[in-house]
Amino acid sequence: MAELDTSGGGKHKGGKVRSKKASTRVDLTAMVDLAFLLITFFMLTTTLAKSKAMDMVMPDKDDKTKDQLAVAESRTMTVLLGSHDKIEWYMGLPGKSAPIVDHFGKDGLRKALTENGSKVKAEHGGQPMIVLIKPSDKSTYANFVAALDELNITGIDIHAVVDIMPIEVEDLKKNGLY
Amino acid sequence: MPRVKIARKSTATDMTAMCDVAFLLLTFFILTSKFKTADPVPVDIPGYTHTVVLPEDNIATLTIGQGKVFFGVEGIPIRKQMLEEVGKLYNITFTPEETNTFITMPTFGMPITQLKGYLSMDPDKRKEIQQPGIPTDSARAELFNWIKQARVADVVLNQKALRITIKGDAKQEYPTIKTVIATLQRQKVNKFSLITALKAAPKP
Repeated sequence: MAELDTSGGGKHKGGKVRSKKASTRVDLTAMVDLAFLLITFFMLTTTLAKSKAMDMVMPDKDDKTKDQLAVAESRTMTVLLGSHDKIEWYMGLPGKSAPIVDHFGKDGLRKALTENGSKVKAEHGGQPMIVLIKPSDKSTYANFVAALDELNITGIDIHAVVDIMPIEVEDLKKNGLY
Repeated sequence: MPRVKIARKSTATDMTAMCDVAFLLLTFFILTSKFKTADPVPVDIPGYTHTVVLPEDNIATLTIGQGKVFFGVEGIPIRKQMLEEVGKLYNITFTPEETNTFITMPTFGMPITQLKGYLSMDPDKRKEIQQPGIPTDSARAELFNWIKQARVADVVLNQKALRITIKGDAKQEYPTIKTVIATLQRQKVNKFSLITALKAAPKP
């Protein structure tokens, strides 16, 4: 293969006929190729198998302390997670304004979050918006993660996952999302 | 004038050393790599844009799928201690053989009353059984105690706070997730990680 025949060759005029001595060297090129291929494979697979995660912090659920911070209702936006990958959102207190049915994605929740976020900031002198996520019993885990993802993308730091209220479940039912 | 003959040199290089190094590295990677352990239920993890890489040790995983909850913790000493302590709480003593079987399982999902029978089973038979998941109700508080004892064991053995992760199936309905999070919050674990796949960030 990669080895050239450097022996003189063709000098067998008379004299003794010698048996050709076989070289003891083995060509290792193919073996090295294979070894490096396997190394590459193992390196790539080990880094891919490492699991990735998102950190999550839940509000402290202490039944004893009742001193909870009052939040301006006009600064809060509530996102209800319904069935069929649909959401509803409204600003302020439940029941006061009609919730808007929306979907996940760029033109849905993300747009709503960005628009409401800047509106709240403008109206409250730069104070950020607070988002409450209320997953209903009919929503999936994927919806929950997707909603948190949208908050992360839009850069809304103040958010919490809260239990859904009966009045909100009723509203989801009315819109066929429960 | 005779021509100056240049000695023809062989183009073959000695591959022996290179081969040695290659196989040494190969052996190293094979031995250090940890293969993905099979999940007891098929779990399709949802995507998230800003993920962090989890550490490999000092970690406990709650696998949730098909409405069942499974629990697994890294580290054989922790598993051993956890089994012992949980057994004490429910007045069940495990034989050394059963303990040895338990510590080899990366994740499990059996109610405590059936665990002893499951562990003493024939290995082939054990594989065929579908684990029903750990009961999440607060009356028996089984999941609560498993997590609690795993955390206690980690503090006692490693002086570290156990990191709890949740690996949920994307199709899993929220109530099961809610129960698990509530179980964690009852023992003041308010910070945990959700295992997610990395998703490409959207263009601004």
